[in-house]
Amino acid sequence: MAEWINTLLQGVLLGGLYALFAAGLSLSFGVMRMINIAHGDMIVFAGYAAIFTAEHLGLPPALTLLLVAPALAVLGYLAQRLVFNRTLGDDVLRPLLLTFGLSIVIQNALQEMFSADVRGLDIGPLATANFQLGGEVAIGVLPLLVMATAVATLAALQWLFRQTRAGRAFRATSDDAGTAQLMGVNRQHVYALAMAIASAVVAVAGVFLVMRTTISPSDGPARLLYSFEAVIIGGLGSLWGTLLGGTILGVAQAVGAKLNPGWGVLSGHLAFLLVLMFRPQGLMPKTRDR
Amino acid sequence: MKRLLETRSLTAGYGDFQALYGIDFHVDDGEAVAIIGANGAGKTTFLRTLAGQLRATGGQLRFADENIAAWPGHRMAEAGIALVPEGRRLFPSLSVEENLLMGAYTRRPGPWTLASVFELFPVLCEFRRRPATELSGGQQQMVAMGRALMSNPRLLLCDEISLGLAPLVVREIYRTLSQIRGKGLSVVLVEQDIGQAMKAADRVVCFQEGRVSLEGAPGTLSREQISQAYFGV
Repeated sequence: MAEWINTLLQGVLLGGLYALFAAGLSLSFGVMRMINIAHGDMIVFAGYAAIFTAEHLGLPPALTLLLVAPALAVLGYLAQRLVFNRTLGDDVLRPLLLTFGLSIVIQNALQEMFSADVRGLDIGPLATANFQLGGEVAIGVLPLLVMATAVATLAALQWLFRQTRAGRAFRATSDDAGTAQLMGVNRQHVYALAMAIASAVVAVAGVFLVMRTTISPSDGPARLLYSFEAVIIGGLGSLWGTLLGGTILGVAQAVGAKLNPGWGVLSGHLAFLLVLMFRPQGLMPKTRDR
Repeated sequence: MKRLLETRSLTAGYGDFQALYGIDFHVDDGEAVAIIGANGAGKTTFLRTLAGQLRATGGQLRFADENIAAWPGHRMAEAGIALVPEGRRLFPSLSVEENLLMGAYTRRPGPWTLASVFELFPVLCEFRRRPATELSGGQQQMVAMGRALMSNPRLLLCDEISLGLAPLVVREIYRTLSQIRGKGLSVVLVEQDIGQAMKAADRVVCFQEGRVSLEGAPGTLSREQISQAYFGV
């Protein structure tokens, strides 16, 4: 019994990481209507950036975020402003092709710089620290920290979108970019700003990813897939939906892996397919929160 | 009177299709000009060009003594031009109040605030938290006009603000328009309803196939002149 409770808890908390994966993807789709195929590779890139700064600057793992998040935000802004924006328009294929190419470039660049070996970030005793809840049930400190960060990040994004002038401009531009321009909104800048925020969230996801597990340069596409699945299960355009979607995905994977070590990823995909079959709009669609 | 907006030989179009063939047009400070004309005469294209939604392909576009023809579209609000677009184009995921606040995204100093817009259209205050597209057509038109006013424009461009509305509502909308003019801004109206246009405007300009076919004060134009300029027969 305790074993199963532990499995469920692990699954739920894994959902926090998946929600962080998914939030950035949801944001760039929500504002720009752009599907970023390189999203997973950006997460892995952020992970390597954390490993690099920890090794070369001797920073404690969590503090690498203070460098990696702003750096990725700047890179995201520039990439959107200088490159991605040029592909946005009536043809949805162009941004897909561009980010697909970018995905390959990032994977190969990482391989060139860091080799194909798996790498991780040594976080010392935090890796195994846990709270004993009695009766053999325990919660890992790091997964709990990731979940808390995910909730805080989503709450912050929610506040930004609902309560601020920039958030209004994001939603208005997403509705009707031409009319938003009439109000004086520079859509090139707004899109770049949205990508900067999405990239900062990607950085959070990437740093936690390498704190939890090891990565290799070719891991991006799998992260993209989990992000997609979390977004679709939760419902397109819904921020809190990504948390629900991530949690369902995490629980499905944990339960699958418990039944058979090889079934973890498979059962995650099966959960996704079930949602697609019975509720293709997702579980929390159209909450008006993008 | 001081000239606020002036175009000379302005041309514009969509891709290979030319919609405007050398428009000479002007608006003075405080003036209301109505543009009439049949469907496809280029009225909406002209307004969209003035509002920076469409780039002029030739000619001059001067506003408040500045040549703004090459300005990026998002700077027109800053210059003091606001458009109430055809079909209203409210933001569906935003509430009434948020739609109005979007209008103030680049705000010039002036009399229009959330409070004064709610004073002009009290019904909007009541529905301020509702999604804007859940309102009735007339109320949505009020949101669109209020949103344009929130930037405190010097020139208000109105594209078919009576289209699809009940006659009573149209009268109401035009009554508020004269109130708005009282606060000292210039207006360009595109209107299918010639009678309404004649009543509301100081000057009428008729477009026909992308050219100006007639121009004059409402009292000075005869029915024959107008129908000749309108239909070209």
